[in-house]
Amino acid sequence: MADIASLSPGAEALRRGAAGPSGPKPRHVLSRRNIFLYGTLIVVALYYLLPLYVMIVTSLKGMPEIRLGNIFSPPMEITFEPWVKAWATACTGLNCDGLSRGFWNSVRITVPSVILSIAIASVNGYALANWRFKGADTFFIILIVGAFIPYQVMIYPIVIILREIGIYGSLTGLVIVHSIFGMPILTLLFRNYFTSMPEELFRAARVDGAGFWGIYLRIMLPMSLPIFVVAIILQVTGIWNDFLFGVVYTRPDTYPMTVQLNNIVNSVQGVKEYNVNMAATILTGLVPLIVYFVSGKLFVRGIAAGAVKG
Amino acid sequence: MSNSERPNQLFRNLNAKIASVPMILTALVVFVGGTAWTVLYSFTNSKLLPRLNFVGLDQYHRLWSTSRWLISIENLLIYGAISLVFSLVIGFLLAALLDQKIRFEDTFRTIFLYPFALSFIVTGLVWQWLLNPDFGVQRVVRDLGWTSFSFDPLYNSSIVIYGISIAALWQGTGLIMCLMLAGLRGIDEDIWKAARVDGIPAWKTYLFIIIPMMRPVFITTLVIIAAGIVKVYDLVVAQTSGGPGIASEVPAKYVYDYMFFAQNLGQGFAASTMMLLSVVIVIVPWAYLEFGGKKRG
Repeated sequence: MADIASLSPGAEALRRGAAGPSGPKPRHVLSRRNIFLYGTLIVVALYYLLPLYVMIVTSLKGMPEIRLGNIFSPPMEITFEPWVKAWATACTGLNCDGLSRGFWNSVRITVPSVILSIAIASVNGYALANWRFKGADTFFIILIVGAFIPYQVMIYPIVIILREIGIYGSLTGLVIVHSIFGMPILTLLFRNYFTSMPEELFRAARVDGAGFWGIYLRIMLPMSLPIFVVAIILQVTGIWNDFLFGVVYTRPDTYPMTVQLNNIVNSVQGVKEYNVNMAATILTGLVPLIVYFVSGKLFVRGIAAGAVKG
Repeated sequence: MSNSERPNQLFRNLNAKIASVPMILTALVVFVGGTAWTVLYSFTNSKLLPRLNFVGLDQYHRLWSTSRWLISIENLLIYGAISLVFSLVIGFLLAALLDQKIRFEDTFRTIFLYPFALSFIVTGLVWQWLLNPDFGVQRVVRDLGWTSFSFDPLYNSSIVIYGISIAALWQGTGLIMCLMLAGLRGIDEDIWKAARVDGIPAWKTYLFIIIPMMRPVFITTLVIIAAGIVKVYDLVVAQTSGGPGIASEVPAKYVYDYMFFAQNLGQGFAASTMMLLSVVIVIVPWAYLEFGGKKRG
């Protein structure tokens, strides 16, 4: 039975060969080109996935297993204790309430920063696109050029300004800083988007008597939801991942998650608990990763827009 | 104000001006004002507090005779060269592979790009763990039987900056790939057809036709990579904290440490002004080529 089955394809080919080839040339799935192409891509993909895999695997092992075993091997005994410890009891300095503190700080930083920066930049981009006034473009060019100035140059003057206002070290101060440094790219994004919208739309609304805010709220805003989503993705990941501003403009009890993570992992005191460290690392990376995997193509659009600044 | 008169110039388009107040303040106070302030105070001997006590170029003399700064600059140059060359080459190759009308293109692209969504701190800590000599790659290879195998870039001061570059490339090449892929998709299909008709091999078409056509994409990418190089800070802090010793220090970390730990503001200002200068050196020729050249046609 098996013999006949294995023979029959050959017989089939023979018969076809006798009749002469017909139809288009068959495309070999396993051509040398395809093996090379997909082989390379799969190897590279494995390399890119490896750190994520090691992170997850390490965070699920106990410390004895880590000391004995291989970082690439899957856990023999899965434990979620490192995750619980990283979230709730890991110590940074005197605080021993884990990363949860940093997580909530990051939420309290990210949410208002995203809203404020997008509100400012969208109205601003709208003004630049449709309500130009004398000198507006000059300020805009300064803004865009300013995006290339290293942050280190402007860090200290901002410390002084925030100290004078009395909000240095508070979350409010950090929110303002994020809004300032998000402005160039977001303004550019919105300005370009609003400029590309048909001019007649704006003219018709003006003829109907709508003013600056009326046109913005009733026409521009509802029509530009995709660009708002792109801006939100850009800002959520950017602000969540920030480290420099967090470390400069906040105090230990208001540190964002990235700063706290670094303090937990790179603390010199105590025994290193690599599984807790990796669990903490995943927890910090989780928010941007979720945003990334959920948003898909929009994320690519966001970074492409963010990348082509200037 | 009466309606018959022509409204004051200042109040024309008032709402747009109000909406632009944050931009104007940011542009003038933070970007222009802040930068000018830092440059000005870099000529003073400010220590704990900024003071206008001018000492000429003293801070710069001291800066360029500090071994830590010289190491930082050297590291930045090595890191920059590696990032620039490898992320362009790898990014372009990956984009070219993905552009072969393959199946699962979205899956591959998602995998290559996901590290870019992570923060430098997360990236740095993962690679610190992978490159840990007692548990990471070195240990695994040694356990396989090659006991003299040595791969501990983060603990060897002569190659530590290369270890940092590995993590940086893992994080950043996805973005370059995406930009290159967009560039490749922008090339007219007819070019490929013409090249195929003429019997030009694919690699030659890429090298002599496609890449020259993608010049604007390459320039934009180059500027993005260069801007990222100067900023490198979090990655080093997470991976090595500048160590071993001062072997992996970078300029951005020098600035931060002198401003907020060493309480030597003048040094921090001078160092940040040097960073600004390096950006100007990169950006000005680019802006000149990009915008100045066009006007003259």
